[in-house]
Amino acid sequence: MSSVFDKLWTALRGGVREIGDAVVDANGIRIFEQEIKDASDNIAIAKKSLTEVMARKMQAARKVEELTKSIQQNEGFAEKALAQNNETLALDVAGKIAEMENDRAEQAGIVARLDGQIEQLKAHIKKAEKLIADHERELALVRTTESVQKATEQVVENVAANNSALNSARESLERIKKRQEMKQDRLAAGDILAAELSDGGLDAKLEAAGIKGAKADASAVLARIKAGKSS
Amino acid sequence: MNQLHELTCTLGEINFEGHTFNCLPIKGSQQVLQVLVSELDELPIYVTITDTQMLCITYLCHKNEVRDDKRADLNTSMLEMNVAMPLSSFAIVEDYYVVFGALATTSSLNDICKELVTLAANAYDALEAIEEFLN
Repeated sequence: MSSVFDKLWTALRGGVREIGDAVVDANGIRIFEQEIKDASDNIAIAKKSLTEVMARKMQAARKVEELTKSIQQNEGFAEKALAQNNETLALDVAGKIAEMENDRAEQAGIVARLDGQIEQLKAHIKKAEKLIADHERELALVRTTESVQKATEQVVENVAANNSALNSARESLERIKKRQEMKQDRLAAGDILAAELSDGGLDAKLEAAGIKGAKADASAVLARIKAGKSS
Repeated sequence: MNQLHELTCTLGEINFEGHTFNCLPIKGSQQVLQVLVSELDELPIYVTITDTQMLCITYLCHKNEVRDDKRADLNTSMLEMNVAMPLSSFAIVEDYYVVFGALATTSSLNDICKELVTLAANAYDALEAIEEFLN
């Protein structure tokens, strides 16, 4: 892993890199991809062998079991022959048992050997899987770096094509501030307007209640004039 | 291709926490989608999908816009801020200071929207925070 980090670092900090240059050369990537492929192939082969070996082990284990049962059975026979004082028959049975025990020892040996192989194959597969995961992470690192660079170049080009540079931070800040001011002004204006409107509403209520600013109406004026005349 | 295209179509019709999204695909060999988050649209977000992740990037400023005598301070400040900033991180890409967020390619639409809105807000805050370092 560290080698990829190093390479990327060197490439990125070098500063001599032209826009569009690959960070890690295509050959390097191809080597990674080949190693991933090889490891995958190895895993496939190892898995196939593993199934075979496991099947053979199961066979041998079953034989051991069968032989054990047979041995127990024959031991029973031998005991019965001895009980009948039939020494010759017992000896025959004992001979058979000895044969079976040798056979069983041989099969048990096979089981042990195959167990060893299974462990080995499993370790092999694990190692290859770890290698693949590592390489894939490394590849992702390189590919992401390249994608981001390409994306950035496209964005810069695209913005340039629309006759502007990527916004300078200062200009962006100015625009944001202006917009915030405008928003605040609008809010303030809204508050003032709302206050006026609500005042108007209050006036209307006061008027309706006859408390405030009753409007002059003709009959009231006429009444006043008449009252003036008479006085 | 499909994923970004799909995203463009979906985002256009969404209202997420009061924000809408204005999407514009950017031409080129690398798939890039420009996203403007309403109310926070001064700094566009550029979304690009790689083998392993979806990257959302906003460009804060070019290295040249930073005062020479303040550059080291800015770098340190950004590193110190990085962990606290929700969902986003600072970085430098091709001489641009950026704020970015990375998502798994399997992220839900809700996750993506959350990411975009948070990133846009972070970028605004970051821009204000780096003002003192600018030329």
